[in-house]
Amino acid sequence: MSGEDKKIPRRTILRAVAVSAAAALMGASRVQRGTDTTATGKDTTYIDPTKITGTLPGKLGTRSPFEQPVKKPSDISSRTPLQDLYGIITPSDLHFERSHAGVPLIHPDKYELLIHGMVDRPMIFTLRDLKRFPAASRIAFIECSGNFRSGKETMTPQEICGLTSQSEWTGVMLSTLFREVGVHPKATWFLAEGSDAAVMTRSIPVEKGWKDAMIAYGQNGEAIRPEQGYPARLFLPGWEGNTNVKWIRRIELSDQPFMTREETSKYTETIRDHKIRQFSFDMDARSIITYPSFPQQVEKGWIEIRGIAWSGRGKIDSVEISTDAGKHWTKAVLQEPVMDKAHTYFRHLWYWDGQPTEIMSLAVDDTGYRQPTLKQLIQARGTDMGGYHVNPVTAWVLKRDGTVLFKPEKWK
Amino acid sequence: MFIKRTNCYRAAVVMVLGMLACHTNTRPPVPGWPEHFGFGKTATRRQIDSLNISIAPDGKGLPAGSGNAAAGRVIYLAKCASCHGETGAEPTPNRLVATLSDTVRTKTIGNYWPYATTVFDYIRRAMPFNAPGSLTNEEVYSLTAFLLYRNNIIDSTLQLDAVKLPNIVMPAKKYYVNDDRRGGNEIK
Repeated sequence: MSGEDKKIPRRTILRAVAVSAAAALMGASRVQRGTDTTATGKDTTYIDPTKITGTLPGKLGTRSPFEQPVKKPSDISSRTPLQDLYGIITPSDLHFERSHAGVPLIHPDKYELLIHGMVDRPMIFTLRDLKRFPAASRIAFIECSGNFRSGKETMTPQEICGLTSQSEWTGVMLSTLFREVGVHPKATWFLAEGSDAAVMTRSIPVEKGWKDAMIAYGQNGEAIRPEQGYPARLFLPGWEGNTNVKWIRRIELSDQPFMTREETSKYTETIRDHKIRQFSFDMDARSIITYPSFPQQVEKGWIEIRGIAWSGRGKIDSVEISTDAGKHWTKAVLQEPVMDKAHTYFRHLWYWDGQPTEIMSLAVDDTGYRQPTLKQLIQARGTDMGGYHVNPVTAWVLKRDGTVLFKPEKWK
Repeated sequence: MFIKRTNCYRAAVVMVLGMLACHTNTRPPVPGWPEHFGFGKTATRRQIDSLNISIAPDGKGLPAGSGNAAAGRVIYLAKCASCHGETGAEPTPNRLVATLSDTVRTKTIGNYWPYATTVFDYIRRAMPFNAPGSLTNEEVYSLTAFLLYRNNIIDSTLQLDAVKLPNIVMPAKKYYVNDDRRGGNEIK
């Protein structure tokens, strides 16, 4: 570092950054509203970045002050800003949250996982023990089964279905631990229990444990975040979010499900003839156009329609796009990699003639399942259908003035 | 990687044995992996008991003790009513009381819960919300009895215990079906 660098008072740099941040934010908001884009050019408060030394290297990276994607929290959950993302990996601090009694603070040295019940050797594993086993990584989404909101035109993708996010998860396969403890052949279910204040529990078929379950301690290359289950969580690719028990402390092998509160009175859904559907583990195929979407503004001409599609049953086979309210459909281009049980990015280039229309996307997975309309879901499940596993085709209305609005459909 | 031939044979034998044993044992070992890594410690009975609070629908795991609705009402008013209402039937999102014939959409113990054991398990592990895990087993039995009584499922005088609780038939149990969605070209 030169002597001259040191002479620039820190306060001056901070002020310059703050001023230019504020100016650009104003400019950005003008661009978004599609009005006066020339205003920034006339803005005398904007400082030419080639005329001032930049910020020096730091210990942690930062987001540009001009980019401020945030989750949308409620008392029980916090939603990923899908409309602000460009790819399939959700930045860890934007991963959706759902907890049943808050996020616990767990010291990694105090952490233990007990596996017992119908096993040859009940065992306790520390975090260090878990990390010594052969590890695996997998990119896959986790989605809350209650991931559909509707009701008004001014809703963003985040508000409609922001309870889905994707990470690269790293950990020890549960099958590795099953072998280590010697799971009894007659065990058919296991209880997964968290160490949050809800001591949250779900019963999971043992077969899923052998197939692809993981005790994950890594998320996108770093230790899993507290909101996602630090220091370790159960990860069940493709299965409804709440079964991926966070802060996992105990696994009990059994020959019956435990019928916990979450799998009886909570994460079940009413269907036709007063029936209540239980153990609805798999997340069906789904897609959402994230651009253009509310509150974005578009102009007549070329528009690249963009979004994500995913299925808890396998890979996305195709995504069909309609730009005329569902009359005609064409296949979107899928961005590689297209992975099993993973958010898949799609794009579709389209020339908008400026006439009011509706655009929508429909995901098809490799089992042949086609994402249904809300009407089809109601036909299948009845008008009293519950709020879980609702994955309808979602339409955006383009107005003549370039406004994009969600098209809420009457449901309840 | 260089592997000694004897190890190869041993691994192959283990693998074949594992495959033969598939129906009676767990799963075949992973080729090249030891039978056990030896990481972690055997859990003692005491360690297991201190953590194992789960209760199965057949009553397995229910502790000794008992309680009734009258005692439960006193505890309920002191520790639960602030969120769930004085009677549990108030129209809040935390409503606990409604029978099948009531025309309410809220899921309650009386119109939605399929097993009575779940009431005990959930109260003991997660309630009250501001002091989870603070209730004694007697208190949990009493609260369970009070809520089942309020939902017209048991008599007010029933002394609820580990034998009686799993035998209670819940009104909504008859509605429960297993998920039958299987993917493919079918909307369910």
